[in-house]
Amino acid sequence: MATTDMGELFQQKIDKEIKIEPRDWMPDAYRKTNLRQISQHAHSEIVGMLPEGNWISRAPTLKRKAILLAKVQDEAGHGLYLYSAAETLGMSRDQMVADLNNGKAKYSSIFNYPTLTWADMGAVGWLVDGAAILNQVMLCRTSYGPYARAMVRICKEESFHQRQGFEILLVLSKGSAAQKAMCQDAINRWWWPSLMMFGPKDSESTNSDQSIQWKIKRKTNDELRQQFIDMIAEQVKILGMTLPDDKLQWNPERKHYDFGEINWEEFWNVVKGNGPCNKQRLDARRKAHEEGAWVREAAKAHAAKRLAKVA
Amino acid sequence: MHTDLITFLLHMGDNTLILSQRNSEWCGHGPVLEQDIALTNIALDLLGQTRNFYQYAASLSGDGTTEDSLAYLRTVREYYNCLLVEQPNGDWGQTILRQFLFSAYQYPLYEKLKVHPDDTIAAIAAKALKEVTYHLRWSSEWVVRLGDGTPESHSRMIKALDNLWPYTGELFDPASYEQIAAIDSAILKTAWLDRVTAVLAEATLPLPGQTFMQSGGKKGLHSEHLDYLLAELQYLQRTYPGNEW
Repeated sequence: MATTDMGELFQQKIDKEIKIEPRDWMPDAYRKTNLRQISQHAHSEIVGMLPEGNWISRAPTLKRKAILLAKVQDEAGHGLYLYSAAETLGMSRDQMVADLNNGKAKYSSIFNYPTLTWADMGAVGWLVDGAAILNQVMLCRTSYGPYARAMVRICKEESFHQRQGFEILLVLSKGSAAQKAMCQDAINRWWWPSLMMFGPKDSESTNSDQSIQWKIKRKTNDELRQQFIDMIAEQVKILGMTLPDDKLQWNPERKHYDFGEINWEEFWNVVKGNGPCNKQRLDARRKAHEEGAWVREAAKAHAAKRLAKVA
Repeated sequence: MHTDLITFLLHMGDNTLILSQRNSEWCGHGPVLEQDIALTNIALDLLGQTRNFYQYAASLSGDGTTEDSLAYLRTVREYYNCLLVEQPNGDWGQTILRQFLFSAYQYPLYEKLKVHPDDTIAAIAAKALKEVTYHLRWSSEWVVRLGDGTPESHSRMIKALDNLWPYTGELFDPASYEQIAAIDSAILKTAWLDRVTAVLAEATLPLPGQTFMQSGGKKGLHSEHLDYLLAELQYLQRTYPGNEW
Protein backbone atom coordinates (compact mmCIF):
# COMPACT_ATOMS: atom_id res chain seq x y z
CA MET A 1 0.00 0.00 0.00
CA ALA A 2 2.67 2.48 1.10
CA THR A 3 4.88 1.33 -1.75
CA THR A 4 2.16 2.02 -4.28
CA ASP A 5 1.81 5.55 -2.97
CA MET A 6 5.54 6.07 -3.12
CA GLY A 7 5.53 4.68 -6.63
CA GLU A 8 2.83 7.08 -7.71
CA LEU A 9 4.59 9.99 -6.08
CA PHE A 10 7.78 9.00 -7.82
CA GLN A 11 6.12 8.87 -11.23
CA GLN A 12 4.52 12.25 -10.60
CA LYS A 13 7.95 13.77 -9.94
CA ILE A 14 9.26 12.24 -13.16
CA ASP A 15 6.28 13.58 -15.09
CA LYS A 16 6.89 17.06 -13.66
CA GLU A 17 10.55 16.86 -14.76
CA ILE A 18 11.86 16.94 -11.18
CA LYS A 19 15.23 15.22 -11.04
CA ILE A 20 15.59 12.17 -8.84
CA GLU A 21 18.46 12.55 -6.37
CA PRO A 22 20.46 9.86 -4.53
CA ARG A 23 18.59 10.17 -1.22
CA ASP A 24 15.14 10.22 -2.77
CA TRP A 25 12.97 7.16 -2.65
CA MET A 26 13.06 5.26 -5.92
CA PRO A 27 11.70 1.93 -7.11
CA ASP A 28 14.23 -0.84 -6.85
CA ALA A 29 14.06 -1.44 -10.58
CA TYR A 30 14.78 2.24 -11.28
CA ARG A 31 17.89 2.05 -9.09
CA LYS A 32 19.03 -1.17 -10.72
CA THR A 33 18.44 0.07 -14.26
CA ASN A 34 20.34 3.29 -13.62
CA LEU A 35 23.15 1.50 -11.85
CA ARG A 36 23.48 -0.97 -14.71
CA GLN A 37 23.35 1.72 -17.34
CA ILE A 38 25.71 4.23 -15.67
CA SER A 39 28.28 1.62 -14.72
CA GLN A 40 28.17 0.15 -18.25
CA HIS A 41 28.67 3.64 -19.55
CA ALA A 42 31.67 4.14 -17.24
CA HIS A 43 33.16 0.80 -18.31
CA SER A 44 32.69 1.80 -21.95
CA GLU A 45 34.75 4.93 -21.39
CA ILE A 46 37.54 2.92 -19.79
CA VAL A 47 37.58 0.06 -22.30
CA GLY A 48 37.15 2.69 -25.02
CA MET A 49 40.59 4.05 -24.14
CA LEU A 50 42.19 0.89 -25.53
CA PRO A 51 41.36 1.00 -29.27
CA GLU A 52 42.40 4.63 -29.53
CA GLY A 53 45.30 4.23 -27.12
CA ASN A 54 46.54 1.71 -29.68
CA TRP A 55 47.59 4.61 -31.97
CA ILE A 56 49.08 7.11 -29.49
CA SER A 57 52.62 5.84 -30.03
CA ARG A 58 52.18 5.94 -33.83
CA ALA A 59 50.27 9.19 -34.36
CA PRO A 60 51.61 10.75 -37.59
CA THR A 61 52.42 14.25 -36.30
CA LEU A 62 53.23 15.74 -32.90
CA LYS A 63 50.04 17.77 -33.01
CA ARG A 64 47.92 14.69 -33.75
CA LYS A 65 49.70 12.84 -30.97
CA ALA A 66 48.90 15.61 -28.48
CA ILE A 67 45.24 15.69 -29.52
CA LEU A 68 44.89 11.92 -29.32
CA LEU A 69 46.57 11.74 -25.92
CA ALA A 70 44.28 14.47 -24.61
CA LYS A 71 41.28 12.70 -26.08
CA VAL A 72 42.03 9.34 -24.49
CA GLN A 73 42.73 11.15 -21.22
CA ASP A 74 39.31 12.82 -21.49
CA GLU A 75 37.76 9.38 -21.70
CA ALA A 76 39.47 8.36 -18.46
CA GLY A 77 38.02 11.52 -16.91
CA HIS A 78 34.55 10.63 -18.19
CA GLY A 79 34.94 7.20 -16.65
CA LEU A 80 35.72 8.87 -13.33
CA TYR A 81 32.64 11.12 -13.38
CA LEU A 82 30.44 8.21 -14.32
CA TYR A 83 31.81 5.87 -11.67
CA SER A 84 31.12 8.62 -9.13
CA ALA A 85 27.56 9.03 -10.43
CA ALA A 86 27.02 5.26 -10.24
CA GLU A 87 28.42 5.11 -6.70
CA THR A 88 25.56 7.35 -5.54
CA LEU A 89 23.29 4.37 -6.23
CA GLY A 90 25.06 2.28 -3.64
CA MET A 91 27.81 0.27 -5.32
CA SER A 92 31.53 0.96 -4.84
CA ARG A 93 33.86 1.60 -7.76
CA ASP A 94 35.95 -1.40 -6.68
CA GLN A 95 32.91 -3.63 -7.02
CA MET A 96 32.02 -2.20 -10.43
CA VAL A 97 35.59 -2.70 -11.67
CA ALA A 98 35.53 -6.25 -10.32
CA ASP A 99 32.29 -6.90 -12.23
CA LEU A 100 33.88 -5.60 -15.42
CA ASN A 101 36.99 -7.71 -14.97
CA ASN A 102 35.13 -10.91 -14.18
CA GLY A 103 32.92 -10.49 -17.22
CA LYS A 104 29.70 -9.88 -15.30
CA ALA A 105 29.29 -6.28 -16.41
CA LYS A 106 29.00 -5.23 -20.03
CA TYR A 107 30.48 -2.32 -21.96
CA SER A 108 29.75 -0.98 -25.42
CA SER A 109 30.42 -3.68 -28.01
CA ILE A 110 31.89 -1.17 -30.44
CA PHE A 111 35.19 -1.31 -28.58
CA ASN A 112 35.54 -4.97 -29.46
CA TYR A 113 36.51 -4.01 -33.00
CA PRO A 114 40.19 -3.44 -33.85
CA THR A 115 41.75 -0.12 -34.90
CA LEU A 116 43.79 -1.19 -37.91
CA THR A 117 44.98 2.03 -39.51
CA TRP A 118 45.40 5.70 -38.62
CA ALA A 119 42.15 6.42 -40.46
CA ASP A 120 40.39 4.47 -37.73
CA MET A 121 41.20 7.34 -35.34
CA GLY A 122 39.15 9.52 -37.65
CA ALA A 123 36.33 7.04 -38.12
CA VAL A 124 36.08 6.29 -34.41
CA GLY A 125 35.86 10.00 -33.62
CA TRP A 126 33.38 10.78 -36.35
CA LEU A 127 31.14 7.68 -36.26
CA VAL A 128 31.57 6.13 -32.83
CA ASP A 129 31.73 9.38 -30.88
CA GLY A 130 29.07 10.77 -33.21
CA ALA A 131 26.70 7.93 -32.34
CA ALA A 132 27.58 8.20 -28.66
CA ILE A 133 26.85 11.93 -28.63
CA LEU A 134 23.27 11.49 -29.84
CA ASN A 135 22.68 9.17 -26.95
CA GLN A 136 24.53 11.42 -24.53
CA VAL A 137 22.75 14.62 -25.53
CA MET A 138 19.51 12.83 -24.75
CA LEU A 139 20.96 11.70 -21.41
CA CYS A 140 21.72 15.30 -20.35
CA ARG A 141 17.98 15.37 -19.62
CA THR A 142 17.74 11.95 -18.04
CA SER A 143 15.69 11.79 -14.84
CA TYR A 144 18.47 10.72 -12.45
CA GLY A 145 20.22 13.92 -11.34
CA PRO A 146 23.86 12.77 -10.91
CA TYR A 147 23.78 11.01 -14.29
CA ALA A 148 22.30 14.03 -16.07
CA ARG A 149 24.90 16.36 -14.57
CA ALA A 150 27.79 14.05 -15.47
CA MET A 151 26.47 13.91 -19.03
CA VAL A 152 26.40 17.69 -19.38
CA ARG A 153 30.12 17.85 -18.65
CA ILE A 154 30.87 14.90 -20.91
CA CYS A 155 28.89 16.23 -23.86
CA LYS A 156 30.99 19.38 -24.06
CA GLU A 157 34.14 17.34 -24.55
CA GLU A 158 32.59 14.73 -26.80
CA SER A 159 31.49 17.20 -29.45
CA PHE A 160 35.12 18.29 -29.71
CA HIS A 161 36.12 14.64 -30.15
CA GLN A 162 33.71 14.15 -32.97
CA ARG A 163 34.93 17.24 -34.81
CA GLN A 164 38.57 16.22 -34.56
CA GLY A 165 37.66 12.74 -35.86
CA PHE A 166 35.95 14.25 -38.87
CA GLU A 167 38.92 16.54 -39.41
CA ILE A 168 41.33 13.58 -39.49
CA LEU A 169 39.22 12.01 -42.23
CA LEU A 170 38.87 15.30 -44.09
CA VAL A 171 42.66 15.61 -44.36
CA LEU A 172 42.94 12.00 -45.53
CA SER A 173 40.15 12.49 -48.06
CA LYS A 174 42.19 15.24 -49.71
CA GLY A 175 45.46 13.34 -49.48
CA SER A 176 47.28 10.73 -51.56
CA ALA A 177 45.55 7.75 -53.19
CA ALA A 178 46.72 5.56 -50.32
CA GLN A 179 45.26 7.96 -47.76
CA LYS A 180 41.93 8.14 -49.59
CA ALA A 181 41.76 4.36 -49.71
CA MET A 182 42.62 4.20 -46.00
CA CYS A 183 39.82 6.68 -45.29
CA GLN A 184 37.18 4.76 -47.25
CA ASP A 185 38.27 1.45 -45.76
CA ALA A 186 37.90 2.78 -42.21
CA ILE A 187 34.41 4.11 -42.97
CA ASN A 188 33.46 0.74 -44.47
CA ARG A 189 34.58 -1.13 -41.37
CA TRP A 190 33.10 1.23 -38.76
CA TRP A 191 29.75 2.11 -40.37
CA TRP A 192 27.70 -0.97 -39.50
CA PRO A 193 29.13 -1.48 -36.01
CA SER A 194 28.34 2.17 -35.20
CA LEU A 195 24.71 1.62 -36.23
CA MET A 196 24.63 -1.32 -33.85
CA MET A 197 25.65 1.00 -30.99
CA PHE A 198 22.03 2.14 -30.67
CA GLY A 199 21.07 -1.35 -29.60
CA PRO A 200 18.43 -3.80 -30.86
CA LYS A 201 15.39 -2.67 -32.83
CA ASP A 202 12.60 -1.25 -30.66
CA SER A 203 10.52 -4.33 -31.42
CA GLU A 204 13.28 -6.51 -29.88
CA SER A 205 14.41 -4.29 -27.03
CA THR A 206 13.40 -5.48 -23.57
CA ASN A 207 14.35 -2.42 -21.50
CA SER A 208 12.96 0.38 -23.63
CA ASP A 209 9.34 0.95 -22.50
CA GLN A 210 9.94 1.25 -18.78
CA SER A 211 13.06 3.36 -19.34
CA ILE A 212 11.06 5.81 -21.42
CA GLN A 213 8.29 6.00 -18.84
CA TRP A 214 10.87 6.76 -16.15
CA LYS A 215 12.57 9.22 -18.51
CA ILE A 216 15.89 7.43 -18.15
CA LYS A 217 15.74 7.39 -21.96
CA ARG A 218 13.77 9.92 -23.95
CA LYS A 219 14.15 8.47 -27.41
CA THR A 220 14.00 4.91 -28.59
CA ASN A 221 16.88 3.00 -30.16
CA ASP A 222 15.34 3.25 -33.62
CA GLU A 223 14.68 6.98 -33.33
CA LEU A 224 18.27 7.70 -32.35
CA ARG A 225 19.63 5.39 -35.04
CA GLN A 226 17.59 7.13 -37.72
CA GLN A 227 18.76 10.53 -36.49
CA PHE A 228 22.36 9.35 -36.74
CA ILE A 229 21.96 7.94 -40.24
CA ASP A 230 20.32 11.13 -41.50
CA MET A 231 23.20 13.18 -40.09
CA ILE A 232 26.07 10.98 -41.33
CA ALA A 233 24.57 10.42 -44.79
CA GLU A 234 24.92 14.17 -45.37
CA GLN A 235 28.33 14.60 -43.74
CA VAL A 236 29.91 11.80 -45.77
CA LYS A 237 29.31 13.84 -48.91
CA ILE A 238 31.73 16.50 -47.64
CA LEU A 239 34.39 13.80 -47.45
CA GLY A 240 33.64 12.63 -50.98
CA MET A 241 33.40 9.11 -49.55
CA THR A 242 30.53 6.62 -49.47
CA LEU A 243 28.75 4.58 -46.80
CA PRO A 244 28.82 0.83 -47.44
CA ASP A 245 25.06 0.38 -47.89
CA ASP A 246 23.57 0.19 -51.40
CA LYS A 247 20.07 0.55 -49.95
CA LEU A 248 20.87 3.91 -48.39
CA GLN A 249 18.56 6.42 -50.06
CA TRP A 250 16.67 9.59 -49.16
CA ASN A 251 12.97 8.89 -48.74
CA PRO A 252 11.04 12.14 -49.39
CA GLU A 253 7.82 10.77 -47.89
CA ARG A 254 9.38 9.75 -44.60
CA LYS A 255 11.79 12.68 -44.76
CA HIS A 256 14.47 10.28 -43.62
CA TYR A 257 17.09 8.07 -45.20
CA ASP A 258 16.07 4.48 -45.81
CA PHE A 259 18.82 1.99 -45.07
CA GLY A 260 19.70 -1.68 -45.41
CA GLU A 261 19.33 -4.46 -42.89
CA ILE A 262 21.78 -4.53 -39.99
CA ASN A 263 23.55 -7.84 -39.42
CA TRP A 264 22.00 -8.68 -36.06
CA GLU A 265 23.71 -12.02 -35.95
CA GLU A 266 27.03 -10.20 -35.83
CA PHE A 267 25.65 -7.83 -33.18
CA TRP A 268 24.61 -10.65 -30.85
CA ASN A 269 27.83 -12.51 -31.46
CA VAL A 270 29.92 -9.55 -30.33
CA VAL A 271 27.62 -8.98 -27.32
CA LYS A 272 28.16 -12.62 -26.35
CA GLY A 273 31.93 -12.20 -26.39
CA ASN A 274 32.83 -13.36 -29.89
CA GLY A 275 33.89 -10.04 -31.39
CA PRO A 276 37.39 -9.71 -32.84
CA CYS A 277 38.80 -8.09 -29.67
CA ASN A 278 36.51 -9.01 -26.75
CA LYS A 279 39.16 -11.18 -25.20
CA GLN A 280 42.02 -8.74 -25.81
CA ARG A 281 40.13 -5.81 -24.30
CA LEU A 282 39.16 -7.66 -21.17
CA ASP A 283 42.63 -9.19 -20.84
CA ALA A 284 44.17 -5.70 -21.06
CA ARG A 285 41.88 -4.40 -18.31
CA ARG A 286 42.58 -7.42 -16.08
CA LYS A 287 46.31 -7.15 -16.64
CA ALA A 288 46.31 -3.44 -15.69
CA HIS A 289 44.29 -4.24 -12.58
CA GLU A 290 46.38 -7.22 -11.49
CA GLU A 291 49.73 -5.60 -12.19
CA GLY A 292 48.57 -2.49 -10.35
CA ALA A 293 47.61 -4.39 -7.20
CA TRP A 294 50.99 -3.91 -5.48
CA VAL A 295 50.84 -0.17 -6.24
CA ARG A 296 47.40 0.22 -4.69
CA GLU A 297 48.44 -1.83 -1.66
CA ALA A 298 51.59 0.23 -1.18
CA ALA A 299 49.62 3.49 -1.38
CA LYS A 300 47.19 2.19 1.21
CA ALA A 301 49.96 0.98 3.52
CA HIS A 302 51.81 4.28 3.28
CA ALA A 303 48.64 6.26 3.98
CA ALA A 304 47.99 4.13 7.07
CA LYS A 305 51.56 4.73 8.32
CA ARG A 306 51.16 8.48 7.90
CA LEU A 307 47.89 8.43 9.74
CA ALA A 308 49.48 6.47 12.59
CA LYS A 309 52.29 9.06 12.82
CA VAL A 310 49.82 11.91 13.09
CA ALA A 311 47.76 10.13 15.73
CA MET B 1 75.99 20.72 -39.83
CA HIS B 2 73.85 22.02 -36.98
CA THR B 3 74.96 24.97 -34.94
CA ASP B 4 75.46 24.32 -31.24
CA LEU B 5 72.28 26.23 -30.51
CA ILE B 6 70.19 23.99 -32.78
CA THR B 7 71.80 20.83 -31.42
CA PHE B 8 71.13 22.03 -27.89
CA LEU B 9 67.47 22.64 -28.73
CA LEU B 10 67.21 19.19 -30.30
CA HIS B 11 68.78 17.65 -27.21
CA MET B 12 66.24 19.40 -24.99
CA GLY B 13 63.31 18.44 -27.22
CA ASP B 14 64.53 14.87 -27.67
CA ASN B 15 64.71 14.35 -23.90
CA THR B 16 61.11 15.36 -23.44
CA LEU B 17 59.79 13.64 -26.58
CA ILE B 18 61.27 10.27 -25.68
CA LEU B 19 60.11 10.47 -22.06
CA SER B 20 56.66 11.55 -23.21
CA GLN B 21 56.50 8.61 -25.62
CA ARG B 22 57.51 6.23 -22.84
CA ASN B 23 55.00 7.64 -20.34
CA SER B 24 52.18 7.57 -22.87
CA GLU B 25 52.62 3.79 -23.19
CA TRP B 26 50.80 3.67 -19.84
CA CYS B 27 47.72 5.50 -21.11
CA GLY B 28 44.79 3.17 -20.52
CA HIS B 29 46.92 0.68 -18.56
CA GLY B 30 47.70 2.47 -15.29
CA PRO B 31 47.23 0.90 -11.84
CA VAL B 32 44.64 3.48 -10.73
CA LEU B 33 42.43 5.59 -12.98
CA GLU B 34 43.43 8.88 -11.32
CA GLN B 35 47.13 8.07 -11.77
CA ASP B 36 46.60 6.99 -15.38
CA ILE B 37 45.24 10.50 -15.94
CA ALA B 38 48.12 12.11 -14.02
CA LEU B 39 50.85 10.33 -15.97
CA THR B 40 49.12 11.12 -19.27
CA ASN B 41 49.06 14.76 -18.18
CA ILE B 42 52.81 14.64 -17.70
CA ALA B 43 53.23 13.00 -21.11
CA LEU B 44 51.21 15.83 -22.63
CA ASP B 45 53.25 18.52 -20.87
CA LEU B 46 56.50 16.94 -22.02
CA LEU B 47 55.21 16.69 -25.57
CA GLY B 48 54.30 20.39 -25.43
CA GLN B 49 57.84 21.23 -24.28
CA THR B 50 59.23 19.19 -27.17
CA ARG B 51 57.14 21.07 -29.68
CA ASN B 52 58.38 24.40 -28.31
CA PHE B 53 62.02 23.38 -28.60
CA TYR B 54 61.59 21.80 -32.04
CA GLN B 55 59.63 24.73 -33.43
CA TYR B 56 62.36 27.07 -32.34
CA ALA B 57 65.03 24.79 -33.81
CA ALA B 58 63.06 24.54 -37.07
CA SER B 59 62.73 28.32 -37.32
CA LEU B 60 66.50 28.65 -36.96
CA SER B 61 67.19 26.00 -39.59
CA GLY B 62 65.08 27.79 -42.15
CA ASP B 63 65.41 25.06 -44.79
CA GLY B 64 61.88 23.69 -44.68
CA THR B 65 62.58 21.83 -41.43
CA THR B 66 59.47 21.46 -39.24
CA GLU B 67 58.77 20.11 -35.78
CA ASP B 68 57.55 16.96 -37.50
CA SER B 69 60.54 16.46 -39.76
CA LEU B 70 62.70 16.74 -36.65
CA ALA B 71 60.66 14.15 -34.76
CA TYR B 72 59.85 11.77 -37.58
CA LEU B 73 62.74 11.87 -40.03
CA ARG B 74 65.88 11.70 -37.93
CA THR B 75 67.64 8.39 -37.36
CA VAL B 76 68.66 6.95 -34.02
CA ARG B 77 72.19 8.36 -34.40
CA GLU B 78 70.77 11.85 -34.87
CA TYR B 79 68.84 11.83 -31.60
CA TYR B 80 70.54 13.58 -28.67
CA ASN B 81 68.43 12.57 -25.66
CA CYS B 82 70.09 11.19 -22.55
CA LEU B 83 69.99 7.45 -21.96
CA LEU B 84 67.79 7.75 -18.86
CA VAL B 85 64.63 8.75 -20.71
CA GLU B 86 64.78 5.95 -23.28
CA GLN B 87 64.95 3.18 -20.66
CA PRO B 88 61.90 0.88 -20.80
CA ASN B 89 58.97 1.53 -18.49
CA GLY B 90 59.43 -1.62 -16.43
CA ASP B 91 56.83 -1.67 -13.68
CA TRP B 92 54.98 1.39 -12.34
CA GLY B 93 57.76 1.88 -9.77
CA GLN B 94 60.48 2.13 -12.41
CA THR B 95 58.37 4.52 -14.48
CA ILE B 96 57.78 6.73 -11.44
CA LEU B 97 61.42 6.67 -10.45
CA ARG B 98 62.57 7.56 -13.98
CA GLN B 99 60.17 10.49 -13.97
CA PHE B 100 61.35 11.62 -10.55
CA LEU B 101 65.06 11.42 -11.41
CA PHE B 102 64.44 13.38 -14.60
CA SER B 103 62.08 15.98 -13.11
CA ALA B 104 64.57 16.58 -10.31
CA TYR B 105 67.12 17.37 -13.04
CA GLN B 106 64.75 19.46 -15.16
CA TYR B 107 63.69 21.61 -12.24
CA PRO B 108 67.03 23.34 -11.50
CA LEU B 109 67.85 23.32 -15.22
CA TYR B 110 64.73 25.25 -16.19
CA GLU B 111 65.14 27.53 -13.19
CA LYS B 112 68.46 28.61 -14.66
CA LEU B 113 67.27 28.68 -18.27
CA LYS B 114 64.35 30.93 -17.53
CA VAL B 115 66.85 33.80 -17.20
CA HIS B 116 68.82 32.74 -20.30
CA PRO B 117 69.86 35.65 -22.56
CA ASP B 118 68.03 34.02 -25.49
CA ASP B 119 64.45 35.23 -24.96
CA THR B 120 62.83 32.24 -26.64
CA ILE B 121 64.73 29.73 -24.51
CA ALA B 122 63.90 31.77 -21.42
CA ALA B 123 60.19 31.84 -22.29
CA ILE B 124 60.04 28.10 -23.00
CA ALA B 125 61.82 27.36 -19.73
CA ALA B 126 59.60 29.68 -17.70
CA LYS B 127 56.45 27.98 -18.99
CA ALA B 128 57.92 24.50 -18.59
CA LEU B 129 59.09 25.21 -15.05
CA LYS B 130 55.49 25.50 -13.88
CA GLU B 131 54.73 22.09 -15.35
CA VAL B 132 57.89 20.49 -13.99
CA THR B 133 57.12 21.83 -10.51
CA TYR B 134 54.00 19.67 -10.57
CA HIS B 135 55.77 16.66 -12.14
CA LEU B 136 58.42 16.80 -9.43
CA ARG B 137 55.89 17.02 -6.63
CA TRP B 138 53.76 14.22 -8.03
CA SER B 139 56.66 11.87 -8.72
CA SER B 140 58.32 12.63 -5.35
CA GLU B 141 55.11 11.73 -3.55
CA TRP B 142 54.91 8.46 -5.41
CA VAL B 143 58.55 7.56 -4.75
CA VAL B 144 57.86 8.08 -1.05
CA ARG B 145 54.60 6.15 -1.17
CA LEU B 146 56.18 3.17 -2.92
CA GLY B 147 59.48 3.22 -1.03
CA ASP B 148 57.71 3.40 2.31
CA GLY B 149 54.64 1.31 1.37
CA THR B 150 54.91 -2.47 1.63
CA PRO B 151 57.95 -4.78 1.65
CA GLU B 152 57.13 -5.65 -1.96
CA SER B 153 56.92 -2.05 -3.13
CA HIS B 154 60.11 -1.23 -1.22
CA SER B 155 62.07 -4.00 -2.90
CA ARG B 156 60.68 -3.07 -6.32
CA MET B 157 61.91 0.49 -5.81
CA ILE B 158 65.37 -0.74 -4.86
CA LYS B 159 65.45 -2.77 -8.05
CA ALA B 160 64.32 0.27 -10.05
CA LEU B 161 67.13 2.32 -8.48
CA ASP B 162 69.63 -0.38 -9.47
CA ASN B 163 68.33 -0.28 -13.02
CA LEU B 164 68.22 3.48 -13.48
CA TRP B 165 70.98 4.92 -11.33
CA PRO B 166 73.78 4.18 -13.86
CA TYR B 167 72.03 6.51 -16.31
CA THR B 168 71.98 9.53 -14.00
CA GLY B 169 75.68 10.44 -14.36
CA GLU B 170 75.22 11.47 -17.98
CA LEU B 171 72.85 14.25 -16.96
CA PHE B 172 75.79 16.15 -15.45
CA ASP B 173 78.43 15.27 -18.02
CA PRO B 174 77.90 18.10 -20.50
CA ALA B 175 78.17 17.60 -24.25
CA SER B 176 80.00 20.34 -26.15
CA TYR B 177 76.76 21.96 -27.39
CA GLU B 178 75.53 22.35 -23.80
CA GLN B 179 77.84 25.37 -23.42
CA ILE B 180 74.80 27.17 -24.93
CA ALA B 181 72.98 26.68 -21.62
CA ALA B 182 75.81 28.47 -19.84
CA ILE B 183 75.16 26.56 -16.64
CA ASP B 184 77.76 25.02 -14.36
CA SER B 185 76.84 21.35 -14.34
CA ALA B 186 78.32 20.94 -10.86
CA ILE B 187 75.72 23.38 -9.52
CA LEU B 188 72.95 21.44 -11.27
CA LYS B 189 74.26 18.22 -9.85
CA THR B 190 74.31 19.58 -6.31
CA ALA B 191 70.71 20.78 -6.58
CA TRP B 192 69.65 17.44 -8.07
CA LEU B 193 71.50 15.33 -5.50
CA ASP B 194 70.13 17.34 -2.58
CA ARG B 195 66.60 16.75 -3.79
CA VAL B 196 67.14 13.07 -4.58
CA THR B 197 68.83 12.44 -1.24
CA ALA B 198 65.97 14.04 0.69
CA VAL B 199 63.20 12.21 -1.18
CA LEU B 200 64.93 8.82 -1.03
CA ALA B 201 65.46 9.30 2.71
CA GLU B 202 61.78 10.02 3.21
CA ALA B 203 61.01 6.97 1.10
CA THR B 204 63.30 4.88 3.35
CA LEU B 205 65.33 3.98 0.27
CA PRO B 206 69.14 3.87 0.38
CA LEU B 207 71.03 6.35 -1.77
CA PRO B 208 72.99 4.19 -4.26
CA GLY B 209 76.75 4.22 -3.80
CA GLN B 210 79.44 4.93 -6.38
CA THR B 211 78.87 2.96 -9.54
CA PHE B 212 79.97 3.04 -13.16
CA MET B 213 77.93 5.59 -15.11
CA GLN B 214 76.78 4.92 -18.66
CA SER B 215 76.82 7.73 -21.18
CA GLY B 216 76.57 8.40 -24.91
CA GLY B 217 72.95 9.34 -25.57
CA LYS B 218 73.65 13.05 -25.70
CA LYS B 219 76.15 12.40 -28.50
CA GLY B 220 73.83 10.08 -30.41
CA LEU B 221 75.15 6.80 -29.01
CA HIS B 222 72.07 5.12 -27.57
CA SER B 223 70.94 1.89 -25.96
CA GLU B 224 69.31 -0.73 -28.18
CA HIS B 225 65.88 0.38 -26.92
CA LEU B 226 65.71 3.69 -28.73
CA ASP B 227 65.49 2.55 -32.32
CA TYR B 228 62.46 0.35 -31.57
CA LEU B 229 60.78 3.33 -29.96
CA LEU B 230 61.58 5.45 -33.02
CA ALA B 231 60.41 2.74 -35.43
CA GLU B 232 57.00 2.89 -33.80
CA LEU B 233 56.92 6.66 -33.44
CA GLN B 234 57.97 7.28 -37.04
CA TYR B 235 56.06 4.43 -38.70
CA LEU B 236 53.43 6.43 -40.60
CA GLN B 237 55.78 9.15 -41.84
CA ARG B 238 58.25 6.52 -43.00
CA THR B 239 55.62 4.36 -44.71
CA TYR B 240 53.91 7.23 -46.52
CA PRO B 241 56.66 9.77 -47.14
CA GLY B 242 55.64 13.34 -47.84
CA ASN B 243 51.94 13.05 -47.00
CA GLU B 244 49.92 15.52 -44.98
CA TRP B 245 48.12 14.21 -41.88
